[in-house]
Amino acid sequence: MGSHQAVPQNLELRIVWCDGAVDTGFEGRMNQSAREVEWGNWLRLAVDGDAVAYDRFLRAVTPYLRSMARKRCNMLGVSAGEAEDVVQEVLLAVHLKRATWDTSRPIGPWLSTIVRNKMIDSFRKRGRHISVPIDDVMETLQAEDRRSGLEPVDLEKMLAGLRDPQREIVRSISVSGDGIRETAERLKMSEGAVRVVLHRALKGLAMLYRSE
Amino acid sequence: MQTDDLIKLMTQDARVRHRFNPVFAVAVIGGLLMSVLLLIGTIGLRPDLAQAIQTPRVAFKIGLMFILAATCTRIALCIGKPGVSLKPALAILAVPVLLLVSGIVLELRSVASGEWAARLIGQNPGFCLLFLPLLSLAPLALMFAALKQAAPGSPSMAGAAAGFASGAIAGSVYALHCPDDSPLFVATWYFIGITLVAFGGWLLGGRMLRW
Repeated sequence: MGSHQAVPQNLELRIVWCDGAVDTGFEGRMNQSAREVEWGNWLRLAVDGDAVAYDRFLRAVTPYLRSMARKRCNMLGVSAGEAEDVVQEVLLAVHLKRATWDTSRPIGPWLSTIVRNKMIDSFRKRGRHISVPIDDVMETLQAEDRRSGLEPVDLEKMLAGLRDPQREIVRSISVSGDGIRETAERLKMSEGAVRVVLHRALKGLAMLYRSE
Repeated sequence: MQTDDLIKLMTQDARVRHRFNPVFAVAVIGGLLMSVLLLIGTIGLRPDLAQAIQTPRVAFKIGLMFILAATCTRIALCIGKPGVSLKPALAILAVPVLLLVSGIVLELRSVASGEWAARLIGQNPGFCLLFLPLLSLAPLALMFAALKQAAPGSPSMAGAAAGFASGAIAGSVYALHCPDDSPLFVATWYFIGITLVAFGGWLLGGRMLRW
């Protein structure tokens, strides 16, 4: 009994945002690291509509998520190719739930809690039939931005799960690299409508990951 | 899909249109108003409300329910926000609990023991048990709609918290009608009614508040 429990509750996802400062995600800390302050500033600008700041924020956070996800993959015996899917699922959660961050508070406790919850969730789903030896998970993570060696879930497979015009807009922005305006012009839609559809498409992608 | 492509998509959707706090506030206020309208439109306020509210028992009943509703609503708000500690919100719950305990003690001292049972059962406990959950439906539905945008660590617990909050809101509204004023009645039947709603919230939360 219990020998095949997927991801034990006590699997602690320690999140190391920067030089030695460990955030368990349960409680806020007195000191915010410089990195946390910087990330907080970027996300603060982003929720007010600054796409450049948001791009910085996401690209700064992603290597940490990737490094965490790979560690867990090794530890849990999940194929390394799934790490990138976990990263994307966590990024989508951060994106879709960013309205719950109170911008007057430090970003650390919010970000680490949401990342921890989503990552546990994602690995629990993947590790359903794996019995797990729990080693020491307290090592410090290093932020190395290695490109993923294995291709994550195929773009076309993901797109197939979306309806038009969501699919068309996702393709236009992600593959062709068009902005909202170009996409709106090409599809003869208003920019506002493109934004609404894009937001729904991101929700749809999160649903696809969850149901996988 | 490459993570890079996903980031491109997300940056084009950077702006947050509705922050969670105001969304939740609108849900709570809307739910309270709908609940009051439902009460007025059906069983109505108690006819002697203006005088009754000046008596200690009625003032206590209505005041206690409003304090309970406010504290539970704050818990439901905090539970939806990652990284926000629930401890301060839970600690304030001691205020309505202590108030209720003192109300019960005062009632037991001021009323002869032979009358305790009659006070506890009141005139229509069944009606309270039926109407309180009914009045909680609008606040519960709206609070769930708001919490769907949140990220609770435990969806079931978030559902239960929303259930307690909307049950307590319904209790404050029902108190404007209810002719049974003894703290013994409130401690029993209101409590059972609110717990029923919380149980419903717990069941629904596990299904509806996943993210």
